[in-house]
Amino acid sequence: MIWIETIIQGILLGGLYALFASGLSLVFGIMRLVNLAHGDLIVMAAYLILVLVTLLGLSPFIAVLVAMPVMFVIGWALQKFLLNRTLGDDILSPLLVTFGLSIALQNALLEGFSADSQRLPTNSLTTASVGIGPLSLGIMPLLTFVSAVLVIVGLNQLFYRTELGRAFRATSDDATTASLMGIKPANIFATATGIALVIVTIAALYLGLRSNFDPNIGPARLIYAFEAVIIGGLGSLWGTLIGGIIIGVAQTLGAAINPEWQILSGHVAFLIVLLVRPRGLFPRVND
Amino acid sequence: MALLQTHSLVAHYGDFQALFGVDIELAEAETIAIIGANGAGKTTLMRSIAGVLRNEAAAVSYENKPIGSLSADQIMSQGIAMVPEGRKLFPSLSVEENLLIGAYGRKISGHWSLATVYDLFPILGERRHNPGTALSGGQQQMVAIGRALMSNPRILLCDEISLGLAPIVIKDIYKAITQIKAAGASMIVVEQDISQAMAVAERVYCLMEGRVTLSGTPDTLSRDDIHNAYFGAGY
Repeated sequence: MIWIETIIQGILLGGLYALFASGLSLVFGIMRLVNLAHGDLIVMAAYLILVLVTLLGLSPFIAVLVAMPVMFVIGWALQKFLLNRTLGDDILSPLLVTFGLSIALQNALLEGFSADSQRLPTNSLTTASVGIGPLSLGIMPLLTFVSAVLVIVGLNQLFYRTELGRAFRATSDDATTASLMGIKPANIFATATGIALVIVTIAALYLGLRSNFDPNIGPARLIYAFEAVIIGGLGSLWGTLIGGIIIGVAQTLGAAINPEWQILSGHVAFLIVLLVRPRGLFPRVND
Repeated sequence: MALLQTHSLVAHYGDFQALFGVDIELAEAETIAIIGANGAGKTTLMRSIAGVLRNEAAAVSYENKPIGSLSADQIMSQGIAMVPEGRKLFPSLSVEENLLIGAYGRKISGHWSLATVYDLFPILGERRHNPGTALSGGQQQMVAIGRALMSNPRILLCDEISLGLAPIVIKDIYKAITQIKAAGASMIVVEQDISQAMAVAERVYCLMEGRVTLSGTPDTLSRDDIHNAYFGAGY
């Protein structure tokens, strides 16, 4: 019984990793851009929510709704005025620029908020649990997982049911031909990064409610997100959820055997998948 | 009055000059053909008009407005659509989605819509949910033409639409071109297949090494004229 509970906890934890990873997966899928500042943007969004909570006295769940459009605009502008200039045949320049952005963000956050670790205020709901049969599951992990599934369902609807989604896919296939259709690739990319940062904000909410954060934890979130994306197969959103779940389950199982093995077993699971399926579990056919 | 005109149009790829002062004009409801051998600059000319290659504003005029410096998406919104060389369907999109993306960001208004494109190419209606790239070469070409029509352009640029297709398929495609013409579009047709181009066009320009070497109406041009203009005199 304890094992079943551990595995379920792992699956739910996977939801958090999938939230970390979805924005990364979206941006990579559309413009082949690897954003090394992704983890730091999650931390930045967590601080933004914290500021809204402390200054305006909002509940974190309301504050996230205010933070989402702000982060969309930041993402849009970041892509339009900075990252679009790095796109091209050379894959090194986006890596260097986002690596630099990562360092700049960490230091700016350190300057603004100090190195003290912070946490979003929780209430009784966020620490409550529900019993399902003999199992007892935390409301917070359940909420995280449901949010991750909703985000991925929402993104899939956006991709396959809307005109904007068609433009995303067409631009991802061939930006020059897309511009012959009247699409402005630069704006499509900016919108994609804007949406990615909205997802980042949702991830930041759960990060801040479930654990402490400080300006330096971004890169580790980036690694988890990366591993989830790679396990799932680059550009596949459902694959990203599965990838998050695999890391989550591996971590909780590892921790159940020996608490020191938690982080390690997640990375080992990633390496095993990479050995067996180098292109991930659900690679896109036309890459 | 010319609907579209190029004025001493030049184009470069890095240090390589592909066009040396090309002047062509297209009247309302007219179809012109650009013919020439491989590397003559035909596709470069089309890409310059479509805005894929940017130029001096004055190098291309449309309804007497300079449009040479506009980007491809701006040219498209002016009512000039292109069927690119090599068809360039979007592999992630189905046949129907490929057609719909041709009308991106605008309301479909005018003669051409999904229904009329499916009337023109019935096979596409049957295969609307297939991935665009799962179709045969001829069917892919039909999707590419239909996709450009979806914006109801005033000018349709067709770049090498017969390339790599069987003669029987080429006949079908050109039958459709005749119908598109009848529906009112002005067209620039770029071809290596001279006979098809001459049959559909009111006027012909022959390009060689980035220059117009011959122009006129199909009935006034002799085979020898075209031969010389195509390959250079002395062959």
